Amino acid sequence: MDELSYNIAFYILAAMTVASAIGVVTKPNLVHSSFLLALCFIGISGLYVLLQADFLAAVQILVYSGAVAILIVLGLMLTQRSSMENTNQNSGWRRGTLLVCGCLLLVILIVIGATPWHYSSAPAAQDTPSVIAQLLLTDYMVAFETAAVLLLAAMMGAIALAKGGKEE
Amino acid sequence: MIGLVHYLTLAAILFVIGVYGILTKRNVIALLMSIELMLNAVNLNLVAFSRYIQPDVLTGQVFAIFSITVAATEVAVGLALVFRVYHDHHTVHIDKLNQMRW
Repeated sequence: MDELSYNIAFYILAAMTVASAIGVVTKPNLVHSSFLLALCFIGISGLYVLLQADFLAAVQILVYSGAVAILIVLGLMLTQRSSMENTNQNSGWRRGTLLVCGCLLLVILIVIGATPWHYSSAPAAQDTPSVIAQLLLTDYMVAFETAAVLLLAAMMGAIALAKGGKEE
Repeated sequence: MIGLVHYLTLAAILFVIGVYGILTKRNVIALLMSIELMLNAVNLNLVAFSRYIQPDVLTGQVFAIFSITVAATEVAVGLALVFRVYHDHHTVHIDKLNQMRW
């Protein structure tokens, strides 16, 4: 991909992601917020494609847009009784929060600008799924198995929590 | 030329939007959505570091995969908790869920 089209793609995807993220926290209707969240995840997966992380882009769409966003919509539908209007209210002190967030962003940007990054000019790894599989089943074997146990525990915990036991 | 700094800046903006959501929202599910935004910003950072600092070994992408796993479990358990709280208290508005304050 030549540089101009790469830049254009980056800025379009970045604008889409940031705009939908802002929509998530400002829309008064929670259903709109959750669909914008799915759009934001899709924008981030496009950015992963630009970063040549094709496997992660697929995982992002599958897990985040496919599972997490839909799960959140389901959770919304099950916990809101009447209409969805005005379900996503803000608290009173928005101005102070904006100030705090602006300061945080400023600090992060200053740190990013002040850090001397050591770029590498090596070409990006091709065929990432097989390389990642190799890494997961050799170097990160223990972490991989721990993640499996974590998923099982979370699944059982979620079932137990949502079903609810009898309180004697 | 788009470089690492662009991606880090974008991730910082996303993270700060998530922080703003956490601090202002009053619905528990909206808080979960803001947490997801922040986790995504961190994943974007990891992948950008992987691409620009060490592109030949994919350590950053493996970290991002583990981070996605933990985020998925977090949202599952979080929503189960929300269902439980809604079942017991008939609300998900955090101003009304203040029994544990004292």
